[in-house]
Amino acid sequence: MTMQKEEIKLPNEIIEYIEKNSNKKGFEIMILHKIQEIYGYVPRKIAMELSRKLNIPLAKIYGIITFYHIFKLNKPGKYRISVCMGTACYLKGGEDILGEIENILGIGVNSTTEDGIFSIEIVRCIGCCGIAPAIVINNKVYGNLKKDQLIEILSEYTKIEGKEIKND
Amino acid sequence: MTEKEKNKIKILINKKEIEVDENLTILDAAKHARIKIPTLCKHEDLHATGACGICVVKVEGMKKLVRSCTTPIQENMSIITHDAELHEVRKNVIELILSNHPNECLTCLRNGSCELQRFAEEFGIREKFFKPLIVEKSKDLSTKAIVVDAKKCIKCGRCVDVCQKIQEVWALEFINRGFDMRIAPAGDILLSDSPCIKCGQCSAHCPVGALIEYEETDKVWNALRDENLYPVVQIAPAVRVAFGESFGLLPGTITTKKIYALLRKLGFKAVFDTNFGADVTIMEEATEFYERYQLNRNKLPLITSCCPSWVDYLEKYYPELIEHFSTVKSPHQITGVLTKTYFAQKNNIDPGKIFMVSIMPCTAKKYEISRTDEMFASGFQDVDVSLTTRELVRMAYSGGIDFERLEEEEPDEILGNYSGAGTIFGTTGGVMEAALRTAYYLFTGKNLEKIELNEIRGLDGIKKANIKVDSKEIKVCIAHGIGNIKKVLDEIKESKTKKVKPPYDFIEVMACPGGCVAGGGQPYQISDKLRIQRSNGIYNDDKQQQVRFSHENPMVKKLYEEFLGKPLSKKSHQLLHTKYKPRPIYYK
Ligand code: SF4
Ligand code: SF4
Ligand code: SF4
Ligand code: FES
Repeated sequence: MTMQKEEIKLPNEIIEYIEKNSNKKGFEIMILHKIQEIYGYVPRKIAMELSRKLNIPLAKIYGIITFYHIFKLNKPGKYRISVCMGTACYLKGGEDILGEIENILGIGVNSTTEDGIFSIEIVRCIGCCGIAPAIVINNKVYGNLKKDQLIEILSEYTKIEGKEIKND
Repeated sequence: MTEKEKNKIKILINKKEIEVDENLTILDAAKHARIKIPTLCKHEDLHATGACGICVVKVEGMKKLVRSCTTPIQENMSIITHDAELHEVRKNVIELILSNHPNECLTCLRNGSCELQRFAEEFGIREKFFKPLIVEKSKDLSTKAIVVDAKKCIKCGRCVDVCQKIQEVWALEFINRGFDMRIAPAGDILLSDSPCIKCGQCSAHCPVGALIEYEETDKVWNALRDENLYPVVQIAPAVRVAFGESFGLLPGTITTKKIYALLRKLGFKAVFDTNFGADVTIMEEATEFYERYQLNRNKLPLITSCCPSWVDYLEKYYPELIEHFSTVKSPHQITGVLTKTYFAQKNNIDPGKIFMVSIMPCTAKKYEISRTDEMFASGFQDVDVSLTTRELVRMAYSGGIDFERLEEEEPDEILGNYSGAGTIFGTTGGVMEAALRTAYYLFTGKNLEKIELNEIRGLDGIKKANIKVDSKEIKVCIAHGIGNIKKVLDEIKESKTKKVKPPYDFIEVMACPGGCVAGGGQPYQISDKLRIQRSNGIYNDDKQQQVRFSHENPMVKKLYEEFLGKPLSKKSHQLLHTKYKPRPIYYK
């Protein structure tokens, strides 16, 4: 297709990977994993390039990406907030916790703040049912959460980054 | 359509023995016995996916209920299609779907034509048993042709199947899964940024109001009451053989003259016929073909361009073939521009006051009317609003018109007179047939003796024929449904890279399977049977015309004498031709 002039090339690493594995079963998923491993998410431009290279419609690739929770469409923040929505957390108000975090940061699930500091995602049970509701920020677990603690917790991270949470 | 020897087997449906083809599903076998099993996800045009579960039946010897749309019959199978228990199960299925469906029937475009609503009514669902859980999602109006209202989606999968397998456009896909699953273009972008070609086949197959046409009847009503405007209207070929369906007439019934009358009743000051524009299209296109054949063979095959979805597809997916595209505008654009120039001048009407409405079987025409600068060739937008057949049906009902009893009326001169060639534009193969009737004349100075080219009629996805013109053989190919045309285009591309003679001289394409008679804006319930009935109607309309050749339409002759000169003249080029440019498949 002659159109897309501003072609961005797939990195060699991915091209080699494609050549090596292209006859394996579930190959598309393997590549997407590889891409996510490299970028931390699946960038749209790379997905488009992949669609062209493999002659698979972009819509199909997105069907796969969004079907498996593991794939991310947005660059994750420096601090990834995982809100647990396992049964215990859910019953103990996980949804309120999520709502409050969304409120404070002004972004929704599966998105990243403009400054790239935080991103929010939902996870199924993290095995901390005893301290539900719980969230994890990068590797640190926060349990028995109440809504009004959140601003303080998040501020710890913004402080490290030399910023403040704008709360309006 | 495979005509293999089929073996018959015996089965029992509701204790009655019947004999049917062995390779049917229970659903289709029941249809033969004139038993209607309810379906929601299964559509006749599409493969069964077994997604919804409403079509369950009992089979003797099986513990569980089976989905009749996906289960093949077997010798001596005994099937129960309806009883009180099945009623209960099906009712439950509907209740579950309704629990994720907004209660918006009153303000929904499908109010009265929705398949889910009909089942809710038939199964006597009078209150909601489950707490409704609805995913809010705002409407996507971006294409101004097709509206996506994803929160009404019942996840039957029909649109995805049509868009991916029949049209092979892949604009729509299911994203996410489980409760969060919904239809969207790749990456949740707007439909107008996606590869969508606006064919509306998704909306023609959607059982509910999740995919609908961009409605513009209000704009037309407003124009009709604006005393400063001069509202003018035209109807497309395919409208006349489907419109009556919404008023209890058989598919294929020709209602042209009643529609003219209806349009005058609604308040239009002049009533024209797109078929006139089709005759003009043919004059230009046949001449274009003739000239390329004689002088410019390397620009063959010539490919027809009156289907805007097809134009959009070509610009996006095969821009390297643009030089093969006929530059002639589609008939409704031609009727539009001639109204605002020729008709306006002749009758001393300010073209700025003319409000041109086109009634089309098509959703993509809504996109076409502002596609490029050439659609403003009169100095104004040549067609102001394009309505689908379905929108006109609604206007007729709300306009209080008793369609059945309307007295037939004639169209206005001169953009209302048409030949039989103009009318067959509405069905697959028709544009080619019309063009060949005139091209033959251009080559030989004589008219075809056998006017009807049966070899290029019918519903085969790709039709090929060699047409004898004196000592020459013109190789033609007709494809409908975008999935079919891809194969043909790849053949052309290959011949070009190999620098050999392409396999065809002239190609006709319509995006919708069956052509415009089965367009995305036509009355619902599309099926192959309906496609054939409507196209038979079109061919009957051709037979009934005294003039069957575009070049013999006296009003077309007059138009060229008084106004355009001859086909492909400078003026024709200014007003009746357009340009194409490569477009990205994804704008985002
Ligand atoms: S209008 Fe046609 S191309 Fe666009 S989404 Fe619907 S079926 Fe696909
Ligand atoms: S939009 Fe309509 S056709 Fe498509 S999956 Fe939803 S209900 Fe079915
Ligand atoms: S085939 Fe006809 S109805 Fe379908 S998109 Fe093309 S012009 Fe419109
Ligand atoms: S119609 Fe058979 S499962 Fe939907």
